[in-house]
Amino acid sequence: MGRGAGALSRAAGRGSGSVIGGHAILAIDPAALGVLAGGRQVVLVSGTNGKTTTTKLLAAGLAAPDGGRRPVVTNLLGANMPAGLAAALAAGPAGAPAVLEVDEAWLGRVAAQVRPSVLVLLNLSRDQLDRNNEVRHVAQRWRQACLEATGAVVVANSDDPLVAWAAGKAARVIWVGAGLRWRNDATGCPDCGGTVLFSEGTDDWSCQKCGFSRPQPDIWLATGTAGARAEFAAGESHPLQLRLPGRCNQANAVMAMAGVLGAGGTPGPALAAMAAVAEVAGRYATFDLVGVRARLLLAKNPAGWAEVFDMLAPAPTPVVIAINARTADGHDPSWLWDVPFEALRGRPAIATGERGLDLAVRLHYAQVDHELVPDLVEAVQAAGKRGRAEGTGTGTGTGHVQVDVVANYTSFHQLLARLGRAPGTPGAARAGEAARAGEAATPGAPTAGRGVGL
Amino acid sequence: MSVLIALVYPELLGTYGDSGNATILSQRLRWRGHDTELVTVSAADSVPASCDIYVIGGGEDLPQGLAAAKLNESRALHRAVDNGAVVLAVCAGFQIMGERFVGPDGRAGEGLGLLDCVTASTSAPRAIGEVLVEPSREWQGRGLGVLTGFENHGAVTELGPGARPVGEVRLGTGNKDGTVEGAVAGRIWATYLHGPVLARNPRLADLLLSWVVGPLAPLEDSEPDALHAERAARSFGERNRDDHSGTRHSGKAHSGKAHGGKWHGGKWHGGKWHGGEGLAGWLRRS
Repeated sequence: MGRGAGALSRAAGRGSGSVIGGHAILAIDPAALGVLAGGRQVVLVSGTNGKTTTTKLLAAGLAAPDGGRRPVVTNLLGANMPAGLAAALAAGPAGAPAVLEVDEAWLGRVAAQVRPSVLVLLNLSRDQLDRNNEVRHVAQRWRQACLEATGAVVVANSDDPLVAWAAGKAARVIWVGAGLRWRNDATGCPDCGGTVLFSEGTDDWSCQKCGFSRPQPDIWLATGTAGARAEFAAGESHPLQLRLPGRCNQANAVMAMAGVLGAGGTPGPALAAMAAVAEVAGRYATFDLVGVRARLLLAKNPAGWAEVFDMLAPAPTPVVIAINARTADGHDPSWLWDVPFEALRGRPAIATGERGLDLAVRLHYAQVDHELVPDLVEAVQAAGKRGRAEGTGTGTGTGHVQVDVVANYTSFHQLLARLGRAPGTPGAARAGEAARAGEAATPGAPTAGRGVGL
Repeated sequence: MSVLIALVYPELLGTYGDSGNATILSQRLRWRGHDTELVTVSAADSVPASCDIYVIGGGEDLPQGLAAAKLNESRALHRAVDNGAVVLAVCAGFQIMGERFVGPDGRAGEGLGLLDCVTASTSAPRAIGEVLVEPSREWQGRGLGVLTGFENHGAVTELGPGARPVGEVRLGTGNKDGTVEGAVAGRIWATYLHGPVLARNPRLADLLLSWVVGPLAPLEDSEPDALHAERAARSFGERNRDDHSGTRHSGKAHSGKAHGGKWHGGKWHGGKWHGGEGLAGWLRRS
C-alpha cells in the first residue's frame, strides 16, 4: 500500500536528496518510486558509459524548452540505484519532469515502477564483471524492460548490436547512430550467437548467421571537417557546439537531443542549452595544484578508455592514471589489459591509486615510460614535475604545467575530494574554477552510486 | 626461429583481459632477443595449425559455444597440440578444452576433447574473487611459486585421470570446491585464473616459454615481481582473516571445505605479517 509523495518526502527529510534518505523512503514504502514519479514526465538514461553526462545534457535540454527555463529533477551525483532515484525524486518539485540516470542492471525494475515516457539506451560493454558477469544478461533484461514499457519512446543507439537487440521489441523507437568505438563485446550476435561483422569504415553491422543487422538510424552523429552535426533522416541538420570535449560527448549530446525529442521538445533550443555544459560532476573540470593545472577525466572500462585517448593533450603532456578496484569499480582490474595503453608511448605516465601496481605492470609491458606514485595528490605533483622537465606548457599564460588525470570511478571521487581541499591550492582560483565549471567539487562527492544495492 | 604466438578469438574469448597473456609472452621473448610474432586470430579467420603457443581466454556463454564449435570444425588446434604446441587456456577457454562444458542453452556442449575434464553447472553461487594456489611439487621444482589470480565462473570442472591439477587452492574456489585448481596435460596449461594470470605470475609465463625455447635468462622483473608479491600477500592476509572469522572470502560466493593451511601460527596485522613461518618464507619455500 503506497503513501502519498508528500509523506514520503517528509520521511526522507525533504530537500536532503541523500541516498540514506532514499533508503528510508523505500523502507517505508517499497513502491515509493512509482508514487514519487506519479504526475510527472520521467526520462530514464542507462548504459555502460555516458550515463551521467547524457543525463546532465538531457536535463539541460529539457529545462530550456524554447529558450525558456523550468525546473527539472535529476540525480546529478551519480546515485543511480533505487534509493538514489527515490531521494532525487523526493527532493525535487512535484510535477517537474525528471531525467534520471539508472544503473544498467536496475533499469527494468525501475522502469516497471516509474513508467517512463522516454528510455534512453546508450551502449553496453564489459564493466564491473564481478557484479554484472555477462553483458548479455544485462541486454536480456533491457529487452524485457523495453517490451514492458509500452508507454515509452525508446531512444536507442543503432550502432551497438546489444542495444539494438534490446530495443528491437519496443513499441516506439527513435534510432540514433551514435557510433561505437569499442566493439569487442558486440561480435557475438545477441540473437543467435553467430558472428556480427562490422563493415569497414562505416557503422553498419550484421550477423553472418541470422542476418540481424543495424537498424536504419532516424538521427545520427556526423563528424567531419565542417564540425560535428546532428543529422536527421528527414533532412534536418543541427550543428553541435559543445564545451565538453571528445567524440563520445558529441554522441551523448545527440542521444540527449533525441531524448528531448522523445519527451516532446525541440532540438534547436535543447542543443543550445547543452552547449553551455562545461563539466559533469567533476569530469572535464580543471584544478590548480601548486603550479600544476590538472584536468580530470573519468574512464572506468575499456570502452571508456577507447574514447579517452583522443581527448588527451598531445604528447609529451604527462598523464596520471588512477586505478582502484573497490566494489563500485569492480574487484578485478584485469580490464586494464583490454586497453591499448601502448598509445601513451611518448608521454610520461604516473600510475597511482590502490591498484597502481597492476597498472604499472600493464605500462611496463606496453613499454610506456612510467613511475608508480601510490598517493593520488603526490602523483599529480610528480606529473607536474615531469611536465616541467619535458618543457610542456599550459597555453593559458598562467605558468601552470598542464597534466591530464584519468581516473576510474572511486579513485576519481577520491581525487576530486583531495584536490578540492589540497594544501597549496589557491582558494580563489579553485572557487573560480568551480564557478566556471558550474558546480563545486565538494568533498564527499558520491562514492556509493555504483555497485551499491539496496 | 621465430616463435609464433596465436591469440585465439579475442573478441569471443577475451572478456577478462586475458589477451594480455599473449602480450606478456611476446614481450618476454622479445626482451630476451627472440624473434616472435603475435598472430591475432579473429572469429572470421581460420586458426593456423602452425603456431608454437596458443592463448585462449575467458568469455560469455554464447561466444564460448561459438568458439568451441569453430575450433571443433577446423581441428587446427587439435593438430597443433599433436605437434607439441603449448596452450594456455583460461576460464571459458579451460572449459572448452575438456570433453564437455555447459553450452549456451544450459545443456552439455561438446568440448574439444584435448583435456580429460568435464565442466558442469552447479547450484553453488558463482565463484568470484581472489584465488591463491600452491602449485604441485612438480611445478615448484621448476621454479614456480604460489599463483595468484582472480576467478569469475559459474560452472565447475572435474578432472579425469588424464589431467592433473595445477595445484591446491589456498584461497578461493578453483575448479570446483576449493580443493584444486587448473589442469595440466602435456603442454596444455588450463586455469581459472584471470588477472591476467601471466601479469601476476611472471614465473608461469617463463615456464610456458621454456617449453618452446628452452632455458631463459632472467629479466628485469621488479614490477611484475612486486605485483605478484602484493597480490599473494593480500590473499594470504584474507585467508588468514577468514580462517579466524570462520568464513572464506568475506562471505562471498566461495564455497568448499577449508584446508589445513601450511602456515599456521602467524598473524596478519597492520599490513605486515607477524610470526609463524612468515609469508616470505612460505613464498620462498613454495
